This record gives sequence, C-alpha cells and structure tokens, in this order.
Amino acid sequence: MKLKSFRGGIHPFDGKALSMDSSITALKPKDELVFPVLQHIGAFANPIVAAGEHVLAGQIIAKAGSLISSDIISSVSGTVKAVETRLTSSGDKIMSVVISNDGNDTLAEGIGKQRDYSKLSKDEIRNIIKESGIVGLGGAGFPTSVKLTPKDDNSIDYLIINGAECEPYITSDYRMMLERPEKLIGGIRIALSLFPNAKCVIGIEDNKPKAIELLSELCLSEEKIEVCPLKAKYPQGGERCLIRAIANRDIDSKKLPFDVGCIVINVASCIAVYDAVCLSTPLMKRIVTVTGDCVSKPSNFEAFIGTSVSELIDAAGGFSATPEKIIAGGPMMGSALFSTDVPVIKTTSSILALSSKEAARIEGTECIRCGRCSEVCPERLAPARIAKLAEKKRFDMFEEYRGMECIECGCCSYICPAKRLLTENIRFGKRSVSAKRAKA
Amino acid sequence: MSDNLYTVSMAPHIRSNASTASIMLDVAIALIPSLVFGIYNFGLRALAIILICVVSCIASEYLYEKLMKKPVTVGDCSALVTGLILAVNLPSTVPFWLPVIGGAFAIIVVKMLFGGLGQNFMNPALAARCFLLISFASLMTNFPVVDGVSSATPLTSLKSGGSADLLKMFLGTHSGCIGETSAAAILIGAGYLLFRKVISIKIPLSVVLSSAAFIALFSALNGSTVTVPHLLAQICGGGLLSGAVFMATDYVSSPATAPGKIIFGILIGFLTALFRIYGGSAEGVSYAIILANLTTPLIEKLTLKKIPVKKEALES
Repeated sequence: MKLKSFRGGIHPFDGKALSMDSSITALKPKDELVFPVLQHIGAFANPIVAAGEHVLAGQIIAKAGSLISSDIISSVSGTVKAVETRLTSSGDKIMSVVISNDGNDTLAEGIGKQRDYSKLSKDEIRNIIKESGIVGLGGAGFPTSVKLTPKDDNSIDYLIINGAECEPYITSDYRMMLERPEKLIGGIRIALSLFPNAKCVIGIEDNKPKAIELLSELCLSEEKIEVCPLKAKYPQGGERCLIRAIANRDIDSKKLPFDVGCIVINVASCIAVYDAVCLSTPLMKRIVTVTGDCVSKPSNFEAFIGTSVSELIDAAGGFSATPEKIIAGGPMMGSALFSTDVPVIKTTSSILALSSKEAARIEGTECIRCGRCSEVCPERLAPARIAKLAEKKRFDMFEEYRGMECIECGCCSYICPAKRLLTENIRFGKRSVSAKRAKA
Repeated sequence: MSDNLYTVSMAPHIRSNASTASIMLDVAIALIPSLVFGIYNFGLRALAIILICVVSCIASEYLYEKLMKKPVTVGDCSALVTGLILAVNLPSTVPFWLPVIGGAFAIIVVKMLFGGLGQNFMNPALAARCFLLISFASLMTNFPVVDGVSSATPLTSLKSGGSADLLKMFLGTHSGCIGETSAAAILIGAGYLLFRKVISIKIPLSVVLSSAAFIALFSALNGSTVTVPHLLAQICGGGLLSGAVFMATDYVSSPATAPGKIIFGILIGFLTALFRIYGGSAEGVSYAIILANLTTPLIEKLTLKKIPVKKEALES
C-alpha cells in the first residue's frame, strides 16, 4: 500500500541516528530555574508570586492571561529570587519568575494522587488540563485545553496523534513512543472520552519502524485507536499536512482543525494529559533531545522546565567542536540562540549544536526562477513571488497571492539554489499584515 | 550572559546542497554530448567557435560588471551556459568575430542591461542568435558541407519538396548548426537534465507534441499530405529538439507554474509550426521561443492561484 502523505515537502538529512538509540535520562536541575511568562502561543501569563515567596513543585506561579494563554507551573520547590525580564530562547527578553531551587522537590498538595478519568466530567477533565499548563509540546505551544474544546464535541470524528516528528535531528517524541507507550494510550483514551464520535489515528513517519511496530501491537486490543505509518518527509508533522495525509481534508489559515472534525495533538502533549488527569501531575518536565554534530554525547533528557540550556549541554558531555549555531527546536523551524544562558521552556523539544558545515551562511545569487520553491511548498504557494512582494512591502498583493497561508515550514528556503531568504521574508510579510489587521 | 555569542538567524537553519552554479553546471554537462557531436561532425572549427562564444560571454559579463562597479557574478556559471547555448545555435562556418559580437549582445544587451541574472526577459543566447540572423543573414545560413554531399539542411530540402533520411537526422550526420543536428545527443542531454531534476518534462514534451500537431494541421490546411516520417523529420530537424530541451526550459524566461509551462510549450509549438509552414524560412524555433518568452509574465500571472482581498481594509 502506498504510504499516506501530502503534496510537496523536502527530504533533508535527518540526523536522527545521532540520538535515537539513547534512552531518556532524568536530569536534576541546579540552583536557579527561570520561568518566562510566555512559553506558548497567545497572551502572556500574569505572575502571581513575588520575590521572597516560597513555592512548591507543581504550584502555579503565573496564571493564564486570557482565553488563549496558559498557566505556568514551578517545576521545583524553593524561593522566588526575582520576577524580572530574562533572555529567552526566542531571543526576546521576557518577564520571568526566577526560582532558587532548595533541592528538596517538595510537592504541592495533591500532586501525584491517582485519579480515575472515567469518574470525572468533561469540564473537570478540561479544567485539569488547563490548570496543568499543558500546551502543544511539539513546538507550536498552542494551549491544549483550548484545542480540546471545539464548538461541538460530537462534530469531531478524527483525533490525530502527531508522532511524525518530521523535524531533522529531534528524537524526543520517538523515545517517548518507545518508552512510555502505555501513558500515550492512556492519554488518548482520556481525549477520546471527550469526543463520542471520534476515532484516533496515531501518525508516525516510516523512518521510525520500531515505534510503529510497538504501538501497532499495543493498539490491537484498542477498538478506536489505530496506527497510520506516514511517508518520512518534512513537514509531515505540520498540522495541515497531517490532516491532509490522514483525514484527506483541507484547512487554511481561516480554519482550525476542529472546523473539519479533526483534533491534532502531539505525542508529548498527549502523555502530559495522561499525567495531569490520571496522576495529578502538571507539566513540570519535558523530554529534550540534545544533539547535533558539535555535541559530544547526543542524548534525550527528561529536564525540569526552567533548567538552563547550558546545564543540558554539559550533561551531554559539552561540545566536541565549536558550534556555529545553537538552536532551540529543530533546524527547520527552531530559533537560534545568542547564548546558552536561557531556560528550557514547555516547547523546547531539542537543543541543537550545529557546526558551520551544517549551518553555514551561504552567499546566494539573484532568483533564477527555477520554481523549486513552488514545487516543495506544502501550501501550493509561489514562495519566490510572495517573498519578493513582502520585501517590497506590497502587502495587498502579498495577501492576494495567499501569502497569509504560509505555514513557515522553511521548505522553500531550504531548497532554494540561489539561497534566497524566502521563508524569512514571507514571515516578515505575515507579521506586517497581522499588525495592520490588528490596528484596523 | 556568557562570554561568546553564537550566530543567530531566522529559521530554517539548514540548506540543500544545490546552488545556482551547480544547476548551471548541470546544464553545461547536458550540452556536452551535442557539442562533442558537433565537433565530430563539423571539425575543429566548431570547437573554436564554441570556445569563442564561451569566452566572449564570460568576458562581457566580467568587463561590464567591472566597468559598472558591480559585484562580479561570473562564478554563478550562467554566462558559461549562455555561451554554450549560443554555440549550439551557430553554424561552424561563421567568421570568428561573429560569436564575439553574439556573446557580447547576449550578455550585455539582453541580460545585464535588464538587471542581470534572473531579470532577462528573453533567453539571452537565443535573442543573440536572432540578432545575428537578422543582421548577418547570409553568414548565419551558410551551412558547411557534411560528408561531401550537400550543405542544405534537411529542413530546407523538406521545404523545397525533397525528402529527408530519418536515421541520418536522428544521428545528426547532416548539415546545420553546431549543436542541433543530432537528435540522439540532445536526447542524452535531456535524459541527464530530467534525471538530475534540473528541468521538468512539461515544456519539452508540450513543445514537441504541439509542434507536430500544428505542423500536421497547417500542412493539411495547405493541402499537402501529412505522413509520420515527414512529422518525425520536422521534429528531429532544425533547432526544435535542442530548443525544446535546452532553450525553452530556461528558468528565467519561462513560466514557473506547472499549467503555465504547458501553455508556454504549446504556444512555442504553435508559433514554430506557423513559421515553418507559412514563413519564408525553413526554421522558426528560435523566433517562436523568444516570442513566447515575452508572454511568460502574462502566462504566470494567469496561472497563479489568487484570492480576492478586500482592498479598503488594507488601505487604512
């Protein structure tokens, strides 16, 4: 049978062999942890603790600022050192709660208590997920409780679990599928209990045969859960691509997945849902792949959120060569770091240290109109044209040529032989149009 | 803050290996069979013409950029390809000063004056060929004698009611321009370009098929009988194949959209047939391609998907 997939996309060097066989290692944080109030898509959270206050592990330290926002949870017990702006992985300085770790990991009340989800109401489940600070852990950071609250629960017929992990190098979702499959299925059962008409499909790229095999076996006894192998191709794990591949439905920037009866949740987020609902454990830790051709021992760590990136790199044996770039997230969509003195946040799926061989700045030429960018664009756009329009600030035409449909996957910039800054310019165009719309 | 700062840029952070120069070199490699066959067929004088074309193109670009105090871009190899394509389109008998003028015209007038790489509105080498054809008609159509038989190209003899030897036309052992006589050599080059995914088959195929269809149609309208060997001879003869494979597929002057490529190819086929059947000369592909080049922006505009945007919302 032909593997399910989408049109367009690219096949970059995947680099996963570096860390895919390294099992998840727990990593204890040192004395200072930093919790920016923006670790998700949406509004800033508002800090509810002040300097000098004592906090417990699992305690909410910042409350969601609006509907689309998320609570921030302390991952350790200790004293609030300061509430001040700190450099984050996005490159911005953001208001952060800085906690000095007392090393005792004293849990807040009720954390770790076993719960039976079938005895909870739908609203209770959604509220638990909200107060556990769970967001899309694949990198986008969209609040999971919002995602799980469509207008009509009965309209959902697909619950899609994103195990594609299409970004090169990253193996955190893969390790979780191998090491915590029961939790994953537990999380799926909880999500399915919210949507009576839905069946669950776990989408996994065919370059992870072990995960496909293991989960397929575990799903044999599950009536409503199946595994769907997908063609290994970037950006297979992009929400729109995944919905196209699995449900054969199309969404654009004006629609959310639930408008076409689909809900897409990342593997890590689904496991976090299980922990929150069944084990009363909010989002305090996440799996981070530390890898790249400059890392001595590429590894998958279970790190406390708030831990400094430099501690993770040290734990991976430090650098084996001087890196050109350090990237939080994948090489296609992640953000490059000025410094490793930034905290791991909810969406930090990996820390990549790449040499100049992998991440060199290459001098390009003028566009030669080869059309490769249009061929690889999963949204069937003409990237060269809309990037040019954005560059010239012709935003009316930028919109006309569907510039706002860009998902910023980076395929066009990757493939461009003239090394034009396509995704970069289109991103600028999108931001400018959004800003204009917000003003109007 | 730590002691050193790392390089920061926007995503994506990795790039494919293909570059403008590597694509241009692929085109140059694909031209080798045709050019080598040209040297075999027409002798060392053909080699001299090829070299002069290439040197003239590269030197023109270099000197122009030096003179205009612009960054020198000969390293992208596009001038090399222009030189080779110009050589494909010249008879080996032309005087040595002719390719010098041709190369300079292609690069300076057609390419650099319009903004350099990516901005030329027609294929530079073909525009130069047409310029030379108009300006020095007798020199440009003075085809060499091959095998001591005849210096008439197969198409001229077809036009004047003669017949053509198909096998000879496929192999290319007849008179014509340096790089366009051998269908076999051109097909090898085409295979390489398709294999390396430098070109898609859309333009060459639609050019060849539509040329054949329109030639058949126009011949029938003219009252002559249309036979398969006659059509095959029309396809193998003249610059049709080399034009379809190497020149109509030029990225800069052809549409980038998939439906646009097919429309563009059919337009070239239509114009070629029109020129060949109703025109004064037996040829016509070069003119067909550069005329179609002019319609590229229009074709692209019509074949790109657009969404209606409320203008007033944006003007505020």
